[in-house]
Amino acid sequence: MTTPVTSPMASAAMTAAAIETSGLTKRFGSILALDRLDLVVPRGSVFGLLGPNGAGKTTTIRILTGLARPTAGNAFVAGIEVGLDEPELRRRLGYLDQDPRFYGWMTGRELLELVGRLHGLAGSELRSRVDEMLARTGLTAAARRRIGGYSGGMRQRLGIAQALLHRPEILILDEPVSSLDPEGRRDLLELIAGLRGEATVVFSTHLLADVERICDRVAILDRGRLVTEGPLEELLAAHARPIYRLAPAPGQGATVASLVDRLRAAPWTTDVAAGDDLVRVTVSDPVAAAAGILPLVVAAGVALDSFERARQTLEDVFLELVGPATADDLDGRGFIRPREVSDR
Amino acid sequence: MTGFTVLLRKELLEQWRTTRLPVVATVFLLVGLSSPLLARFTPEIIKAVGGDQFQIVLPTPTAADAYDQLAKNLGQFGALIAVLLAMGSVATEKERGTAALILTKPASRGAFLVAKLVAIATTLGVSTAIAAAGAWFYTFVLFEPLPLAGFAAGAILQWLALVAYAAITFVGSTLTRSALAAAGLGVAAFIVLGILGIVPAIGRYLPTGLGAPARGLALGQPGVDVLGPTIASVVLIGVLVGVAWIAFRRQEL
Repeated sequence: MTTPVTSPMASAAMTAAAIETSGLTKRFGSILALDRLDLVVPRGSVFGLLGPNGAGKTTTIRILTGLARPTAGNAFVAGIEVGLDEPELRRRLGYLDQDPRFYGWMTGRELLELVGRLHGLAGSELRSRVDEMLARTGLTAAARRRIGGYSGGMRQRLGIAQALLHRPEILILDEPVSSLDPEGRRDLLELIAGLRGEATVVFSTHLLADVERICDRVAILDRGRLVTEGPLEELLAAHARPIYRLAPAPGQGATVASLVDRLRAAPWTTDVAAGDDLVRVTVSDPVAAAAGILPLVVAAGVALDSFERARQTLEDVFLELVGPATADDLDGRGFIRPREVSDR
Repeated sequence: MTGFTVLLRKELLEQWRTTRLPVVATVFLLVGLSSPLLARFTPEIIKAVGGDQFQIVLPTPTAADAYDQLAKNLGQFGALIAVLLAMGSVATEKERGTAALILTKPASRGAFLVAKLVAIATTLGVSTAIAAAGAWFYTFVLFEPLPLAGFAAGAILQWLALVAYAAITFVGSTLTRSALAAAGLGVAAFIVLGILGIVPAIGRYLPTGLGAPARGLALGQPGVDVLGPTIASVVLIGVLVGVAWIAFRRQEL
């Protein structure tokens, strides 16, 4: 076995960074899926990787777990350079795929025992860890059933169990709550939050409320590029602009459109985003806005169900940085089109 | 070869649970039992079917005919089953995503591949042993006892040839994500090796060349050249595993 390559900043990385990437780039032909990603994930953090579909989250995770090779740049996990055939790195890593696949002929217990043995567990320690993970993921009753008969949620929970079984120092979860019911989602989020300080957790998700609930750092990707990265509180503070949310009563399409035009024309607005049932107004001058919004509502003849001044949420920051996808941005599957580049 | 023992255990369990081992062993047993029967009763069957219309004089069948029938059947059915066993071994795991499950754990890609091929070889080995045992017993009952040690050694050479066909298909399964493409490579190799096997200079060093020494051993003939063909096939299998490993360790999953 070859000696794993360690980071050039090995000593610093070993103490501070669980994951660091430098100029990480991935191209699929003319498609640029990941564009010079520089990322540092501190040890012990719960790190949220955000972005619309096709932003490069899964590509990043696949490179970090050694399932894909970067076109350029490099990545270090636990101070070890990531490669396609690097068992030593994987001792330190727990990984859950966004669509976890297992051997249908195995039982849940057998799968966890296989994973445990690969991680060097044996005997009573293996049995107790397997029992513990089956209990924590609510699969004890189904442990002796074939995985082929598991539901999507059960497979997701089994995936979480196998990722956590060996108590990894770094846990990478790709869309971990996507197939879970509300109770399972709550339990998993509590499980992840409970790992803070013990393990480094990186997880990708579309559910911004989940990130806001448990993450201490976030990175937002868009079309393969890192848009922003940092502590969640700093990110929210940096983008802390007053927001007003207006919820018009249903059935006022034309008058709401008129209101949106009036709001956009006002000198104290920086952004007006109108959805089906909500108008979100970002303002530069809260005092002028407080005095000016309601007269515009009255002038447009719009009846409101609610009107509030709100703290900016991560969703607001996300929409501000990434922006809502237009029809031209989406491909046939509803994914954001990646950027195409000419062959160099 | 990190994780080899654990993965081999999993592969052997899979051979049993997915009924590959029991099914292949049963087919081989039928081949083993039926070969001496066919050799013994073929003249009588032809005579019974043809009646007085045919005046074909067939020689009296011998134990050597029983062995030749076994070798022919194993060389055809056995090779086909070797291809079937190996065709999806890696390709299907890549396609279904289970290879990614295993290879994000502390298991080397070499261990992943070798464990699979050893499990396939084990299924073929157990099945060939069962076929040989059945054939030897019926040959003893219907004809005469053949030398047991030589018969067993011949069976080992037949098994080695089957493992070589499986290894060729295994390379195809590693190179592609399609089990059908892998099977195509295996069948094509079977045909090409059959044609090349006719050329004496190289034929004896191909898997098809193991047939002659296997026959000599089984029938207790003296001066059988075993070493050259055996080493050639072992080297071929080793080279094929090396090619599969070199290709697989560079593949994205």
